[in-house]
Amino acid sequence: MARQPYDGVVVATPVTVPYRRYSTNTAHWWVGRAVREVVQKAGLKSTDIDGLSLSSFTVGPDTAIGLTQHLGLSPRWLDHVPLGGASGVVALRRAARAVQCGDAEFVVCVAGDTNQVDSFRRMLSTFSRFAQDAVYPYGSGGPNASFALITRNYMKHYGATREDFGKICVAQRDNALTFPHALMKKKLTLDEYLGARAISDPIHLFDCVMPCAGAEAFLVCRDDVARSLGLKAARLLATIERHNAFPQDPIQYRGGWALDVDEFYAMAGVAADDVDFVQTYDDYPVICMMQIEDLGFCGKGEGPDFVRSHTLTTDGTFPHNTSGGQLSVGQAGAAGGFLGLVEAVRQLTGEPLGTPVPEAKVGLVSGFGMITYDRGLASGAALLAGGHA
Amino acid sequence: MTKPLTRPKRKDPLKKTRVPLLPQGVRSRTALGLTAAAAEGRFQLQVCADCAAVVYPPRDACPRCLSPRLPFKDVDNRGTLLAETTIRTSTDVYFRERMPWRIGTVVLDAGPSVVAHLHGDLREGQRTQLQLKLDKSGQAIAIALPAEDTPNMQDDPQWRELTCDPKFRRVLITDGRTAVGQALAEALSEAGASIVFVGVADPWKPFPGEDKLKKLERVEIVALDLTDTISVNECAGEFAPRVDILINTAEHVRTGGIIERKGLTVAREELEVRYFGLTRLAQAFGPVLRARGADGVNSAAAFVNLLSVYALANWPANGAFSATEAACLSAAQSLRAELRPGGVKVVNVFFGPLETEWYQAVPPPKVAPSALARATVRALQQGVEDVFVGDIAEDIRARLAVSPKALERELGS
Repeated sequence: MARQPYDGVVVATPVTVPYRRYSTNTAHWWVGRAVREVVQKAGLKSTDIDGLSLSSFTVGPDTAIGLTQHLGLSPRWLDHVPLGGASGVVALRRAARAVQCGDAEFVVCVAGDTNQVDSFRRMLSTFSRFAQDAVYPYGSGGPNASFALITRNYMKHYGATREDFGKICVAQRDNALTFPHALMKKKLTLDEYLGARAISDPIHLFDCVMPCAGAEAFLVCRDDVARSLGLKAARLLATIERHNAFPQDPIQYRGGWALDVDEFYAMAGVAADDVDFVQTYDDYPVICMMQIEDLGFCGKGEGPDFVRSHTLTTDGTFPHNTSGGQLSVGQAGAAGGFLGLVEAVRQLTGEPLGTPVPEAKVGLVSGFGMITYDRGLASGAALLAGGHA
Repeated sequence: MTKPLTRPKRKDPLKKTRVPLLPQGVRSRTALGLTAAAAEGRFQLQVCADCAAVVYPPRDACPRCLSPRLPFKDVDNRGTLLAETTIRTSTDVYFRERMPWRIGTVVLDAGPSVVAHLHGDLREGQRTQLQLKLDKSGQAIAIALPAEDTPNMQDDPQWRELTCDPKFRRVLITDGRTAVGQALAEALSEAGASIVFVGVADPWKPFPGEDKLKKLERVEIVALDLTDTISVNECAGEFAPRVDILINTAEHVRTGGIIERKGLTVAREELEVRYFGLTRLAQAFGPVLRARGADGVNSAAAFVNLLSVYALANWPANGAFSATEAACLSAAQSLRAELRPGGVKVVNVFFGPLETEWYQAVPPPKVAPSALARATVRALQQGVEDVFVGDIAEDIRARLAVSPKALERELGS
């Protein structure tokens, strides 16, 4: 059966609660602030919210249900999306169907995490059963070590160099310099990138995101409803989602996007060439390169050449991670999976907080997450367009 | 190529002894199957009983056919190192003080990819053999070794964290009057121990083998009577801070079951030498061993129990003896948990009847003391926790694995 289009579904009120390196507040506080801001921006009352989707690593022992009582919401549609970097896309595509089918009118999708001085270490050691049994006891290098192995293998096979990865990181930092919420506020040069200390070879300091506290949120509703509220919104053209793709690959060099990319563009009725900017999940630049390949901007293994032949800043030939991405803004846990999506909505509705992408009409947002053993399992992507239908 | 270890310098007595830390030792119940294999030095992974898929990390459903039947089986341990990284920053305190630390992705010929510790002589792209070992937490980890042996490979720092290699370590053998004690002294001297203290009760009384024992290099006779608490405490007071490996060689072999022996005299003697002897050693030496688990090249490493294999299943012809050995085994299990915070291994060496006077009437196959000594040294070098030495011990282990009840009837007939 052909997939039904997302006709009439829009995303509005992009919200970022400014990040902090460490926070003494709980995840509930961060989530609560984000939801409040969505409600206020949309001109709603919290009793109008009849759908809630939550993503958080640090809200335990609660899940989404505990948050309904905590925040005083009585939704008729509730979702919990524990998918890390894929949370934003997955939350959106589920919420879109709920809104489209009338199961809910206003779905707030929110991701928020706190970061206390010891919470990152504690999360790593118990991240998954496979991590506990088969990763953490091996040097406890966390995702740095896991992605170092993936990066090393990719470099060896496809000839990517540290300079290529550096170009991605440096361009994102340039983008971040105009984005008010970025934790990294200083320009990064390629020399600084190359000269940074090694963390887990070939991963060096500026390949790594900085764990922090923060929250991101957006509202999913029908186009006509958004218009009646006077909300600027972005239309949802297509989404894909895939988990544990290519389990036979001995080491990860591609993600689930590669399985579904044709259907993705077909559903949207656009081609990769039509995309005006791309927000990839940038928890390590090698993953950005894989997404550029697997989402059809170039062939497998051509990522390094693609990066070399483009400028990746917001005003460049391939505007990429226009707010600076997690590499420059910080990784607020599951909110890292919302960062690109929230930024995309801002760009498409003409309300970027930093530099606007010139004439941005179509944006692509990609998500990737949950390295429970040796590879990221969750992947997803969404195509969004500006303007009402 | 591995840099050979150098003999550690005499320790500065004013220097703080490094507190032993452990890598994370939490595992799922299923993953403990790897620990069981590592304890015996086997390489086992789950193999699906329905579709034969080799599965890693440990699971409770086959990722190929969803079968719940996933027993651990011996598997080909060869593979290729696809990618490696040198970790320089860790969130874990144990690894932080051991940085840099190399790990890599090994794809096994048998199928799965395994993230493993790397031996220093292994390089990316090379063929490798994977082994399961027990880390300082006592749980299984995988380490990838060069496909062929390399010079001084046993001195590699990441490998040495996993073993109790006697090289440059100081050993106490608790009873040098026994043939096994003497064979061990020789074997450990050859294995490069810095010094081998050999305990002898009433050292002024001569004993067979004494001259040869005293001529061994780096062997020192010390007064130690395991049946005397004061003697054990005095020995510990003098030598415990310099004992990295303790090997209890005390033996007390007498025939007969429970009923045939009149009174408790022999039973008490047995317990005095074996169970209470072990208890005295543990109480006197255990705390120091546990505190010195991370004390450099010659850190405290192992408490070794030589146990009759009849500790595992009573042999009624030597029924009272077997019961005492079982008591020692049970105590050893407790010791394992008690010494684990120091990263000190409790090694149980199970052996069948020995080629010694006390087993005179027992038919072969029997184990020569030198063979038992060699197996013990190998266990230390390999970091194995449970060792079965000789045909009888292997046989009992195998039969026990199939049917403990059948074995009980067979041993009693």
